[in-house]
Amino acid sequence: MLEVTGIRKTFFAGTPNEVRALQGVDLKIEPGSWVNVIGTNGSGKSTLLNAVAGAFYVDEGRIRLDGTDITRWPEHRRAKLIGRVFQDPFSGTAPTMTIAENLALASRRGQVRGLTFALKGPRKNELRDRVAAMGLGLENRLDNPIGTLSGGQRQSLTLLMSALIRPSLLLLDEHTAALDPKSADQVIRLTQQFIERDQLTTLMVTHSMPQAAFLGDRVIMMDRGRVVHDISGPDKKRLRPEDLLSKFEELRRANQLDESAAEMLRAQYV
Amino acid sequence: MSLLIGSLTIGLILSLLAFGILISFRVVAFEDLTVDGSLALGGAAAASLIVADWNPIAATLLGALAGATAGAVTATLHHRFDINRLLAGILVMTALYSVNLRVMGKSNVPLLSHPTVMSYADGLASTLFGDQRLISVSVWEAPGRDIAALLLMFAVAVCAGVVLFLFFRTNLGLAMLAIGDNSRMIRALGVNVGLMTTLALFIGNGLIGLAGALLAQYQGFADVQMGIGMLVWGVASVILGESLVRSKKIGLLITGAVMGSVLFRLLVAIALRWGLNPNDLKLITAVAVFVALVLPKFLSHGSRVVRRPSRA
Repeated sequence: MLEVTGIRKTFFAGTPNEVRALQGVDLKIEPGSWVNVIGTNGSGKSTLLNAVAGAFYVDEGRIRLDGTDITRWPEHRRAKLIGRVFQDPFSGTAPTMTIAENLALASRRGQVRGLTFALKGPRKNELRDRVAAMGLGLENRLDNPIGTLSGGQRQSLTLLMSALIRPSLLLLDEHTAALDPKSADQVIRLTQQFIERDQLTTLMVTHSMPQAAFLGDRVIMMDRGRVVHDISGPDKKRLRPEDLLSKFEELRRANQLDESAAEMLRAQYV
Repeated sequence: MSLLIGSLTIGLILSLLAFGILISFRVVAFEDLTVDGSLALGGAAAASLIVADWNPIAATLLGALAGATAGAVTATLHHRFDINRLLAGILVMTALYSVNLRVMGKSNVPLLSHPTVMSYADGLASTLFGDQRLISVSVWEAPGRDIAALLLMFAVAVCAGVVLFLFFRTNLGLAMLAIGDNSRMIRALGVNVGLMTTLALFIGNGLIGLAGALLAQYQGFADVQMGIGMLVWGVASVILGESLVRSKKIGLLITGAVMGSVLFRLLVAIALRWGLNPNDLKLITAVAVFVALVLPKFLSHGSRVVRRPSRA
């Protein structure tokens, strides 16, 4: 279970480039729940994910995962509990290392790495089975460098790696956005398969309204560093991509209103 | 013949240096400039201990440990205090010059009247060749002691290479390899990159210190200047090795480093034999490294060189 309470983050504080990326976000995700995060560029959705992953420390607020306060844990320590897939398919794998070696690395996520051989016979067979279960035919290419695979294949493997040891929380950061439609489809199917099989608690940022509407059991919409909509239960089941688009439109108009209202007030009083 | 065997032996000793450079520059992608200092430190520490009547093997290993510590300091300066990598290396290298003078108490420590690892080579020679002073190798003749030294250093280089290779097949070694390949990914898989880099530089400079300790005993003295230019020398060996094996597999890179180091030393010996002024050696080494770095780009006919994705 993930509990985020009142987290705030300001980048470049006190400079002209100041960005208030998170302005008091509260979020509680029940175990086994799959939450999609949507929002415009700069709304803070990726920042939220990175705050949870530990890419930086938040200025205020607390982050608890499975009852443990991880607010001050460095990124590599949080990796024990968190599996991640990045947007860039090249970010999640080591290109000159083989598929088997990459998987071996992932099979010890957050654990002590000692002087035992990483790819002993039985270990490799175990990994081969996991790859074969994905149905991509990659099990015969375990000794090829991962850099020789396509973006979609690499992203599928990154997904497998993130869930190789069951994570307490799975973070997906627009992990299909950089893929061609066919690969994106395939990766989403695998995502669904992994999450459902292991009942993974998931936080997924996405640009795709159909993904947000049809997948998972909850959608939150962010705007300017805050959660502005939180749709779950029966409302989520009825949700259509058009509903989300119209919410974006509302938000756009509200923001415009903010600006024009401010303009009006300025003209009148300043 | 003696010249050939001598260059082979030094080439093998310096393949340990090439291993060190391979680990820092390639495996964890850390441009470590400690090298010139840590090599001399290894030589200085080992020589001082030998003069103080320590067992030569213990002295050699402590020399390696001293080099390793220097590497760990460089890595710590970088990841703990956020000092730029190059600057961290330069700081430690510069500081080591004084440290080395302190360790030796003077700028040069001769070892000729003390038992060193070369005494083991003498022992090996007398068991292998008995009382014969000159051994005929096919059509040439060479002193048995030189041949024994060559065999000894060959054994050391092969052992170090095999141990390294096996290390990079363990869970720990694999995680270290991943740092240079994709540090963002390995951090997301729970590896403390700063700590792992420190370990890598510890091991790398340990090997470099070992090279220094063995070199001092082979040439019969340790000198505060003995590290100068060694970084470029090691880089040249690694690049030469890479072009020989044409692979990114770690086992082949390790083999390539030995081959590169020996071949480079041979080329230098030949050049010196042809009348190259020894004073020009470092200039020529630097130019050779430059050519080795630039040549592949010219050979690819302007087609874009495939690069690794840049790491954040």
